[in-house]
Amino acid sequence: MNVRPFVFLAMLLMAAPALGQGFAGLGTAAQGFARPEPGDTLKFPADYGAHPAFRIEWWYLTANLTGPDGTDYGMQWTLFRSALAPETREGWSSPQIWMGHAAVTTPARHFVAERLARGGIGQAGVAAAPFTAWIDDWRMAGPDLSDLSVSASGPDFAYDLSLAAGGPLVLNGEAGYSVKSPEGQASHYYSQPFYAVRGTLHLPRGPVEVTGRAWLDREWSSQPLADTQQGWDWISLHFDNGAKLMGFRLRQKGGGAYGSGTWIGADGTVRTFGNGEMTMTPLREAPVAGRDIPVSWRVKLPAHGVDVTIEAVNDAAWMDVLFPYWEGPVRISGSHSGRGYLEMTGYD
Amino acid sequence: MVRATLAALMAHWWRHPLQLVSLAVGLALATALWSGVQAINGQARDSYDRAAQLLGQNRFARIEAADGQRFGQARYIALRRAGWQVSPVLEGTWRDGDRRLRILGVDPVTAPPGAVPQTVTGGAGLRPFITPPGLAFAAPETAAALEPATGLPELRATAGLLPGVLVMDIGIAQNLLSAPGAVSRLIVAPEQPMGRPPLAEIAPDLVQRAPQARADISRLTDSFHLNLTAFGLLSFAVGLFIVHSAVGLAFEQRRTMFRTLRAIGVPLAVLTALLAVEMLMLALFAGLAGVALGYGIAAALLPDVAATLRGLYGAAVPGTLNLSPGWWLGGLAVALVGATAASAQSLWRVWRMPLLAPAQPRAWARASARSMVAQTGIAAGLALAAVALAMWGQSLVAGFALLGAMLLAAALALPGVLSALLGMAERAARGPLALWFWADTRQQLPGLSLALMALLLALAANVGVGTMVASFRLTFTGWLDQRLASELYVTAENEAQAARLREWLAPRSNAVLPIWSIEGSLAGAPGAVFGVADHATYRDNWPMLRMQPGGWDRVARGEAALINEQLMRQAGLVPGDMLRLPGGHTLPVAGVYSDYGNPRGEAMIGVDLLTTLYPQVPRLRHAIRADPAQAVALARSLVEEFGLPPDNVTDQARIKALSLGIFEQTFTVTAALNVLTMGVAGFAMLMSLLTLSTMRLPQLAPVWALGLTRARLARLELVRAVMLAALTMLLALPVGLLLAWALLAVVNVAAFGWRLPMHLFPADWARLTALALLAGGTAAAWPAWRLARTAPADLLKVFAHER
Amino acid sequence: MLLEVRDITKGYDSGGEHVQVFAGVSLSVNAGEAVALTGESGSGKSTLLHLCAGLERPDAGQVALDGQTLGDMGDGARARLRRARIGLVFQQFNLIPSLPVAANLRFQAQLAGRENVTWTDTLAARLGLVPLLGRYPEQLSGGQQQRVAIGRALAGRPGLILADEPTGNLDEATGDAVMDLLLGLVGETGAGLLMVTHSARLAARLDRRLHLSGGGLC
Repeated sequence: MNVRPFVFLAMLLMAAPALGQGFAGLGTAAQGFARPEPGDTLKFPADYGAHPAFRIEWWYLTANLTGPDGTDYGMQWTLFRSALAPETREGWSSPQIWMGHAAVTTPARHFVAERLARGGIGQAGVAAAPFTAWIDDWRMAGPDLSDLSVSASGPDFAYDLSLAAGGPLVLNGEAGYSVKSPEGQASHYYSQPFYAVRGTLHLPRGPVEVTGRAWLDREWSSQPLADTQQGWDWISLHFDNGAKLMGFRLRQKGGGAYGSGTWIGADGTVRTFGNGEMTMTPLREAPVAGRDIPVSWRVKLPAHGVDVTIEAVNDAAWMDVLFPYWEGPVRISGSHSGRGYLEMTGYD
Repeated sequence: MVRATLAALMAHWWRHPLQLVSLAVGLALATALWSGVQAINGQARDSYDRAAQLLGQNRFARIEAADGQRFGQARYIALRRAGWQVSPVLEGTWRDGDRRLRILGVDPVTAPPGAVPQTVTGGAGLRPFITPPGLAFAAPETAAALEPATGLPELRATAGLLPGVLVMDIGIAQNLLSAPGAVSRLIVAPEQPMGRPPLAEIAPDLVQRAPQARADISRLTDSFHLNLTAFGLLSFAVGLFIVHSAVGLAFEQRRTMFRTLRAIGVPLAVLTALLAVEMLMLALFAGLAGVALGYGIAAALLPDVAATLRGLYGAAVPGTLNLSPGWWLGGLAVALVGATAASAQSLWRVWRMPLLAPAQPRAWARASARSMVAQTGIAAGLALAAVALAMWGQSLVAGFALLGAMLLAAALALPGVLSALLGMAERAARGPLALWFWADTRQQLPGLSLALMALLLALAANVGVGTMVASFRLTFTGWLDQRLASELYVTAENEAQAARLREWLAPRSNAVLPIWSIEGSLAGAPGAVFGVADHATYRDNWPMLRMQPGGWDRVARGEAALINEQLMRQAGLVPGDMLRLPGGHTLPVAGVYSDYGNPRGEAMIGVDLLTTLYPQVPRLRHAIRADPAQAVALARSLVEEFGLPPDNVTDQARIKALSLGIFEQTFTVTAALNVLTMGVAGFAMLMSLLTLSTMRLPQLAPVWALGLTRARLARLELVRAVMLAALTMLLALPVGLLLAWALLAVVNVAAFGWRLPMHLFPADWARLTALALLAGGTAAAWPAWRLARTAPADLLKVFAHER
Repeated sequence: MLLEVRDITKGYDSGGEHVQVFAGVSLSVNAGEAVALTGESGSGKSTLLHLCAGLERPDAGQVALDGQTLGDMGDGARARLRRARIGLVFQQFNLIPSLPVAANLRFQAQLAGRENVTWTDTLAARLGLVPLLGRYPEQLSGGQQQRVAIGRALAGRPGLILADEPTGNLDEATGDAVMDLLLGLVGETGAGLLMVTHSARLAARLDRRLHLSGGGLC
């Protein structure tokens, strides 16, 4: 992949002093944009679709897949929407900018592709019903979120997957209102963690039939980071006993973190938790893309008896894109076993 | 010993500062002309490279419509949604008064890295760039010139952009160019995803073109630069002649000193090394001065070059210099190489000189006579090569090789020819003085021949280029009269206004003739197709080179096409051949017309056929036939009636003046270089004569002692120089005419695609002859004056001392 | 009186100082008379000769040739007089390098419009130059060159021959041969000869001897 000129980055999100405001400018003040409010109720299928009045939004799918020989694979399909202004316009003057990331991780390699598009001209977008999210030839579509086909391609990889949800949507935070900082920065945030996946990865050595589990995050906000926060560490874990855990912690500049998450029991019961309940401690750092990244963590959630070690399937799961970050599959051991995904941003 | 020897060698320069000056100035001038021309070339080339980079033509493949026309952006979206990583570009022209601006609409979000100048993507951010009224990035000089212009997005001056180009968002450009949803071409990113369907499956009307090493205009501008480089080389050669003669004389004059130094025990190696070091130092200093001078020349000429390139080829070049260290070092290297080449022979002679060699100038002259024979032989060989090139070579390179061989042959042959002529004169001479005059002139020839060769080259170049320019101008003026037969030319602002214009004009004029055209590929190169109305204006005036009987009728019926000379030569088409129009329609060629100044191939078809084949053709431009006396009034009322910008209505006289202006500029640079070269040649002669004059005292003193006054001897010296200049001019004339022929019939055809008839201008030759005589006379005046004023005591010394 | 020099004085400036070469020198040469002018190096012999030839002007005094005073003449008139009436022979021969021997021989006579082809042929034969006529000066030996110079000086049958060390650059045998030719031919033409030499042996062969010393003649 080409690393784009750094200046382009500043341009894309109008962050005047480039990246002075947290990862990807997400800490920039949200003037004129809508703000998530705690009382807002999410409505479906309308909330499958885009919210152009908010500044930032994503459709974030990660999957832990297994090949016929038992090899672990990771898959990512993400569509970002970034608004330069809180408005919709037709044609080229639309302020909505779209960005797609696709990746496949194997124990040995990490394939990444990125797409960029202007809104308003049909190159990228999201329709709520029937649900379609697309950028260029990449698609995530189905009648609704419970039944999706997902495809993407890069110079050296492609995939075609079918997803079927085995459970309901999960609202994170307070009924989908997820608080990100003590100052009250928040987002609307819901997930679909129950996908069973079947499909084909097209890799340089040939196609691989895979099966596995996937997790979809839907999140939109206008200033998800406080301007004192520099990035986050996020996990979504599928335990072998059927329970699932989503947790994140937002790192403060100069130390300290703010976290929260959602526990989904093996029986499907959902409990969200706030700051301080879950702890994440880096165990091992690996040199990745010229910096040290913690690729192994100890995660404890005492309320649910969780004390596990997560370990990257491939340390080098670096997303070398416009706003680079680390995103890759992990193996779980300790009090629980299983597979999951780890995302780390803001490591410079 | 080294220090003492060096002091002895340097003392010579102290005693003969003129020689030192001649050497240094010669080298400096040679370097200056060469590096000046190189600076201009380098600057322009750099601009093209930036242009090509700006257009994404040099590094990226592109996708465009088969007929080269704009297409809808739905095609772009379809390709993206099929996985093709492409980025749209809309290109067009926007007029601001007399200025034409190139609008480049890009999508910074999808453009591959390097396809859009980084300066454009940085800074202000994406939102003001894409949100109406948008931002336009332009070179500082363009931005400054446009400041008061209205209707444009807010301007941002950005270094590194080409003058005359505005870069803006494609959405803003679509509005500005009134081309909603239109795309000119797509840039193809180098990396594409796997498994994408072929282009033909998604957009069968689009074709992918490989990245071009250089932009299209480069083929044309190359010839211009080749021209300049040829001139630079010529100037350098002229300069080298000076240096060579100055070095040669300086060594020759110091032969007695070398002999003495050797006799008192300075080893040959030390002497030779010291002389080499001395030359090297001199070259370094003179080279530095020359490079600085070259910068001055380039800075003075560049605005004209920029204007020429803009006017003739539409290539924008900044009018200011910006030079790399490589250029400075290159100029110095050229000076060093030149000095080495010039002094190598002399150093060799010192190396081989017997310890007690006689210091007789006549012996030197006789050695030169032997080399003159060899030189004449080489000249004959080169002349043969030139003849062969003229007969069989057709490419641009062959054309320039022909020029080089011809000029070099003429220069090398000059001493031999002059010597033969002087020998004839000597044999025919009656009277001792005449005999002595011719014999003495012939003896001086070796010392003067290099300067005379320089003069010959300068004169020949002057005759040649002068003849070409004048031929060009004469032909072009006549052609303009034919081609611009209509009294008024008017461009409507939009189609509706154009329709109203036609209606309004119908009763007020003799005829309203459409000038509608589409751009597209003709015979594999970019070209244009014009529609022509069936009207006497064309039948009576159009400058046809060839025409089949009934050709105009067949064109009017849509059964045939006319092509310009460029297309005829590019595609090898002759009347009767089939021409494939953009989009695939084919027509037989009925005739060929001359189309000077146009770099592209063009075809003309009936206007009805044009609108049938290309319904989207803009119908804005018209030619109006009217009573010439009423033309100006009609133009005024057009402006008043329709509120047209005054620039949209042009009368014939103005177009002619504009077109001629462009062509005048084209040759300003050539003319300037011509004058400079002449100056250098004159200087070469002056320096040679000055140096010779001191050496000639021993030859003149006996004649004086035998009964001629110093004044009379001085007059003879003057006559001699003028006579030599006249002879050189006499020889330069045919060489110059051959040069003109090669430029017009070989180089021009290869470079521009058209051939010009050659006209002869004897008045110019007379002027040039006068100039040559003046140069010779001026160059000889000072040495002659010095001779007339030489104290008898100095002449008497000749009898008292050994030289 | 062929040549009459009266009370001439000559000096030159050197390094801001005026150096007197000689003062108040008088001499005369009659037609048919051969006079030797001797003196030490730097005594001004050559300068005196140059003054006689009108190549230089004296600071004071008069030089008259055939009763015509050179001091009253302009450059042109003196040049005319020189080419018609005076034959010059120099130590350095000073032939015209661009012309062959034949042309050098005739040069001055032609210049003065006094060429007599028979006489020139006679001179060439007498001086032994016939086989050398087509050659150029630098192809000749010193003795040969000086014979050409003598021929050139005599070709126009001038009244006065002025010679400056004509054998100074030649070996003794060659010098004697050249001197024989010079004296013989001068005698035949009846011209006057003023010859500068430092050789007492040569001076003794002439009719009269003048010695320049300490700025005056004795």
